[in-house]
Amino acid sequence: MKYLIKHIIIMLGVTLIIPAINAAEVESLRGAQPINKNAKKPVAKKWQSDRAPIKRDFVQQPPLIPHKTEGYVINTKANKCLSCHSWANYKDKGATKISLTHFTDRDGNDLANVSARRYFCTQCHVSQVDAQPLVENSFKPVKSIMGR
Amino acid sequence: MSDNNKLNKAKQRLTGLWQLLKKPSAKYSLGTLLSVGIITGIIFWGGFNTAMEMTNNEAFCISCHEMRENVYVEYKNTIHYNNRSGVRATCPDCHVPKEWHWKVLRKIKATNELFHKALGTIDTAEKFEEKRLHLARNVWRNMKATDSRECRNCHDFESMDYARQGRRAVHNHTNGFDAGRTCIDCHKGIAHSLPAMYQEDPSAAFPTPTK
Repeated sequence: MKYLIKHIIIMLGVTLIIPAINAAEVESLRGAQPINKNAKKPVAKKWQSDRAPIKRDFVQQPPLIPHKTEGYVINTKANKCLSCHSWANYKDKGATKISLTHFTDRDGNDLANVSARRYFCTQCHVSQVDAQPLVENSFKPVKSIMGR
Repeated sequence: MSDNNKLNKAKQRLTGLWQLLKKPSAKYSLGTLLSVGIITGIIFWGGFNTAMEMTNNEAFCISCHEMRENVYVEYKNTIHYNNRSGVRATCPDCHVPKEWHWKVLRKIKATNELFHKALGTIDTAEKFEEKRLHLARNVWRNMKATDSRECRNCHDFESMDYARQGRRAVHNHTNGFDAGRTCIDCHKGIAHSLPAMYQEDPSAAFPTPTK
């Protein structure tokens, strides 16, 4: 009997006290705002405007876009990116040309124009906002691409 | 016989009117004639211009569904409709010249558009899409011919401060103007969807399977 009572007390302690301790640390997605107060308004981050090409962080990384792309249309009729970055236009516009890898289709055939699977640029290449990493880290690119 | 009579009578009437106009007025003073002339002149001229201005605003443009359901919808997503400073360029700002004689010429040309409205040339979205490249090329050609006159009502390159432009803009503007290019040479499809660009620039279009 004594054993049972002891057990119940311990169990009660576990179920009542531990969650109460943890509750102080758990925060809902809206932050630690009291329910009767408005949540803090997130500040809309701004697209960063033109700058020099951004260095890659790892070898296979699709290069980031160092300019705004608001309003750039990419659909089956037209591709605003390619009007500067295609092989036909890059020299005239002073842009980086798209890589030769974009001319290969999924079956490994080399094509004369951009492959359909590489046509929608923003699937891999993205414009940047001034956002800090969500999780602190000490990642450093390998030395072989540091200079680029 | 009676036809000849009618013709003669009409001729007589016309010559009568001509005589009346040629005769100096004996009844009315020069002052009356002048002021009546000036006032009616003002009313008619003002009325003409007011009527022309009424056809020169966005509400008039999108009163026709060809405009409202196609190009107007596309334009609403662009920077000329919605932007940080709240300045808006409406249809006539880009598509009707500001100078009077060019404006009247454009209005006369617009009668052709009324004709096609009556024919229903682009009265469905499909018909419009089919004609889009043709229509776009018409606008591009006109803009090129006038050195993008309507763009330059607001965006004059002589007022541009290159030091405040982005890297790409400086490079392309200085090079472009040196090469004698005009706004429309690069800034196509900024207010409306682009037509299929296969023919204009195959390198910037979805690779079409070759048959």
